[in-house]
Amino acid sequence: MNRPRENLAAPEPEAPAIELREVTKQYPGSPPVTALDRVSVRITRGEMVAVVGPSGSGKSTMLHVMGTLDNPTSGSVLIEGIDTSVLDDNSLAAIRGRRVGFVFQRFFLLAGVPVIDNVANGLLYAGVARTERREAAEAVLDRVGLGPRMWHRPEQLSGGETQRVAVARALVHDPAFVLADEPTGNLDSEASQSLMDLFASLHGEGRTIVVITHNESIASALPRCLKILDGRLEQDTEALAR
Amino acid sequence: MAPVAPSRLGLWEAVRVGLRSLAARKLRSVLSALGIAIGIASLVGVLGLSESSKSALLDQISALGTNLLTIEAGTGFGAGDAALPETALKRVGRVATVEAASAVYSIDVGAYRNELVPADRTGGIQVFGTDPGLVRTLNGGVAHGSFLTAATTSYPAAVVGSVAAERLGIRNLDQPVLLYVGGRWIEVQGVLEPFALAADLDRAVLIGDSAAESYYEVDLAPSRLYLRVDQEYLDETRGVLGATVDPENPEEVQISRPSDLLEAQAAAESSFTGLFLGLGAVALIVGGIGIANVMVMGVVERRGEIGLRRAIGATRAHIRRQFLTEALTLAFLGGAAGILLGVAVTYAYSAVQGWRVIVPLAALLGGIAASLAIGAIAGLYPAIRAARVSPTEALRSA
Repeated sequence: MNRPRENLAAPEPEAPAIELREVTKQYPGSPPVTALDRVSVRITRGEMVAVVGPSGSGKSTMLHVMGTLDNPTSGSVLIEGIDTSVLDDNSLAAIRGRRVGFVFQRFFLLAGVPVIDNVANGLLYAGVARTERREAAEAVLDRVGLGPRMWHRPEQLSGGETQRVAVARALVHDPAFVLADEPTGNLDSEASQSLMDLFASLHGEGRTIVVITHNESIASALPRCLKILDGRLEQDTEALAR
Repeated sequence: MAPVAPSRLGLWEAVRVGLRSLAARKLRSVLSALGIAIGIASLVGVLGLSESSKSALLDQISALGTNLLTIEAGTGFGAGDAALPETALKRVGRVATVEAASAVYSIDVGAYRNELVPADRTGGIQVFGTDPGLVRTLNGGVAHGSFLTAATTSYPAAVVGSVAAERLGIRNLDQPVLLYVGGRWIEVQGVLEPFALAADLDRAVLIGDSAAESYYEVDLAPSRLYLRVDQEYLDETRGVLGATVDPENPEEVQISRPSDLLEAQAAAESSFTGLFLGLGAVALIVGGIGIANVMVMGVVERRGEIGLRRAIGATRAHIRRQFLTEALTLAFLGGAAGILLGVAVTYAYSAVQGWRVIVPLAALLGGIAASLAIGAIAGLYPAIRAARVSPTEALRSA
């Protein structure tokens, strides 16, 4: 699946990590559902951002658009200065596979498959040999404190541990950004706190992190918070601070 | 910063991912591969068995020889019941390509176990006069006793065909056995094995031709001639035999080749093979539909997995390839199991029948090719559907 090189734009070192310009996302239907309404936001490298808002406000859509899982109906999305609207499916997949790490509320681990291979799957499409994938998975599992559990199957782990496995999978290819969609939604408060501590330490390593959350106390603890309501950006704490 | 390198997924990786997915749903995978397995097994089994049985039949034909001809008087127009001329045997003996010739003369009497059996209870047994060369000409065998010899051909001695022996209640010749034939006692000196190429002689009692002449009113016109002919000149010989036997009415001479019957039997079995192959193909198609069904269900059930794979860098092409690979793997495993099953059935049945086992290579290669083709067709639509699943929708609704 090698595409001609000219299809692959090079990231610009000085550009913001993620920038949304007047992004609108409509889902077809009668009437059409507007999930995002002219949202503009700029996230610089190494920022840690919380996204809050009620259910159905468009948080997940924004996260998916930021991660190139979804294309906006209008407006543009720039990842490290690259305008994603001009990229084809292969190039977008490459960005997701190399630069972005996703964490979901419902983990999406393969049942019956050992933790180490679930994590190694994060590199499945990166053209890395199987043994190297496992080595990388082992290292990142040690990093999230699950080294001793790597041969367990996901169904043998607690909720907090399972989400750590999912985080490890998101980290195994050393992404520049981690996009997390309610990662603490299925966890108790202790596991949530421990997971947020993990995100904080990833942030400390210089990664850009965007976390969707329902939890007010989690959101208020983060340096920046975006409030979404009915698809519009209602409040941006950074903008207030300026 | 370097450009972002494209996503990639090697063929072998795709197969491994497919195998793992199939292994995660073992029962379903086995059941959906079963249809293909049954279809391929029946194709391989039918081809193997028909080849093996045909080879057994052809072996039998070649052992008996395809160079045996029989000559009878035909029923020509206005000829009534035509008969072969009395000199027929001598004349065919003069044809250089005739290796051996024997004649049988019908004797119009019944053969009975004793004189008390009513005359109409012949048991369908015919009495013939013949010469000592008959068994050799027919490649026949003697089960008990011996065949007529030059010495016994003028004595009141008889040889009994296998069916006639059974009907007359002759099991062996440990005790002397006498038959009451045409008002005279005759000793049985031999019992024959069944003739493959002259089944009507199995129901006959054979008496030496000289004895027949001395003891019975015999029409010396032979009822039938049996000829072994040089295989190379079979057709040419066949062409001249009519005029040789009866120069006046060559068209009334009927020449036939008994092995044609066995070959016709082989051909008849082949036509049944076609029917069974058709049934196997139907099973294969149903198996393919089963795989397509399971794959389509899988696309709906595994939306979460599809979404996640897209999130970790899979392109649409990768997803398509993964589902296609799964369908192909499923069909291939089913096909391989089917081939093993079909070969096992062929071996088992051939062993019971005592046939030489022949599994045509074409059946094996064709079986693999057919299952892969079915897998590709069955997997194509689900794979395209899986690739079209929107990742965001998949992650939301899963």
